[in-house]
Amino acid sequence: MTKQEALYQYLLQLGDNALIQSHRLSEWCSKGPILEEDLALTNIALDYIGRAQNLLHYAGEVEGKGQSADQLAYRRPEHQYYNNLIAEMPKGDFAFTIAKQLLISTYELLLYTELCHSKDETLAGIAGKAIKEVRYHWTHSRDWCYRLGKGTVLSNELLQQAVNDLWMYTGEQFEMGAEEELMLKEVIGCDNKALQNKWLEMVETVLSDSNIKIPTATYNQSGGRKGIHTENMGHILSEMQYLQRAYPEAIW
Amino acid sequence: MDAIAIENAFQEKIDKDLNIEPKDQMPEKYRLHLIRQISQHAHSEVIGMQPEGNWITRAPSLRSKQILLAKIQDEGGHGLYLYSAAETLGISREEMIEQLHSGKAKYSNIFNYPSLNWADIGAIGWLVDGAAIVNQVSLQRTSYGPYARAMVRICKEESFHQRQGYEIMANMMKGTNEQKAMAQDAMNRWWWPSLMMFGPHDSDSPNSGNAFKWKIKRQSNDVLRQRFIDKTVQQAEVIGLSIPDKDLKWNEEKQCYDHGEINWEEFNQVINGNGPCNKQRMAHHIKYHNEGAWVREAAAAYQKHINELN
Repeated sequence: MTKQEALYQYLLQLGDNALIQSHRLSEWCSKGPILEEDLALTNIALDYIGRAQNLLHYAGEVEGKGQSADQLAYRRPEHQYYNNLIAEMPKGDFAFTIAKQLLISTYELLLYTELCHSKDETLAGIAGKAIKEVRYHWTHSRDWCYRLGKGTVLSNELLQQAVNDLWMYTGEQFEMGAEEELMLKEVIGCDNKALQNKWLEMVETVLSDSNIKIPTATYNQSGGRKGIHTENMGHILSEMQYLQRAYPEAIW
Repeated sequence: MDAIAIENAFQEKIDKDLNIEPKDQMPEKYRLHLIRQISQHAHSEVIGMQPEGNWITRAPSLRSKQILLAKIQDEGGHGLYLYSAAETLGISREEMIEQLHSGKAKYSNIFNYPSLNWADIGAIGWLVDGAAIVNQVSLQRTSYGPYARAMVRICKEESFHQRQGYEIMANMMKGTNEQKAMAQDAMNRWWWPSLMMFGPHDSDSPNSGNAFKWKIKRQSNDVLRQRFIDKTVQQAEVIGLSIPDKDLKWNEEKQCYDHGEINWEEFNQVINGNGPCNKQRMAHHIKYHNEGAWVREAAAAYQKHINELN
């Protein structure tokens, strides 16, 4: 694998995480528990679309075959998407979305802090913008963990259930593929493994402050880096790619 | 002051074109008229999120998805300002939502039509928001201060929405034959309901009398509708869309377009619950409002807990 190939792959991973998470959050539109949260969740979705656009645009440049961000976002087959499986989990109820956002944003907070120092200036620039947004996403999900965890018996149960159900998809975030090892060596990418302890400490703090127990199950499911997804992914893509696939000649 | 003295002092203010503010005394009928109108407006913004939200996960490009999401978010934001404006008149958002669910409060009829292809997103922005702007520009001078100020903010954003809607239509008319057909199909379905947004002809408009006297309403339904038609017909011609009205023609003498008769039978049917999406829109709002109840309860319980600690 050349450095260029590894960077392309790395950018697709980052871009796909943003793309798929934005898709799930955008499903909340007109379905929020209060209007303010409808707006907050779609606002986070908007941040992610912007980030996906920047990362996929840059991936296309690095690849050098003239693929636009849209072509990468809308025309790849399922096994060529490389997001973490947690991103494609269904939106679920509000507790599920909040728990998912906390688990992802905590990781992204650590990841993008590191990527701000990437030797690749474009990536560092994208990270610099992303980190400001991630801080807000993290605070938003943390505050809702407090409210749900310490709100009512029901809200505590639903949040606990959500954390339990999502836990097996969190470990994948800290894996290192061959492209990531190469990116680390080149001081472009980040050492995911080194983030795990800090991530766990941060997540534990928020959850214990929310009266939520850390799951004890140790099984982790992964596959996103290899393009092996959950059954959810095909459904996401069949909606997302519908117009691009049905009218391949059209420019929108 | 007795009721008559209050009403006289109030009317004097109105006649001098002064704004009425929340703490000012006002006739009960004025207050109720405004609650009805502003809450209806707020509900329209919120229910309008549904037909547009229908296409978010299928938006065909990253840019179009971003613009659509941002637009819907604006509509939700307008709902928030308007609920707040109505709350200054002594009604809570919760009460307004109850009135929506019970059918006492209405929302704009236009959102009882379905969004069936991607060009509908263009048509909603261009025609529906375009019609709304004509009405809202006029409402920037409405007599109730909080409502007038909300309108100033809203108009700025709506004109951006209208432009993005027109851009979608224009791009589709430059595209493949299939795209052109989608755009014309959307035009055919949204044109007449957009004209209905201005309400009945002036001669049949039941709420206009006091609304003019109190300067809640500044221009009549027919005047505003004509303004919308005249500007929109030209925009349609520029991009090659035809208006689905065989009687539409330029009237040299009046310097405006004459149009065919609006189907008021359809208008009345939809207002009375028999439109393509009336039941669906309301069921959606009720379902997600109810599903969110436990979240609102948790937030309230948590807040109470925090207040007790402090």
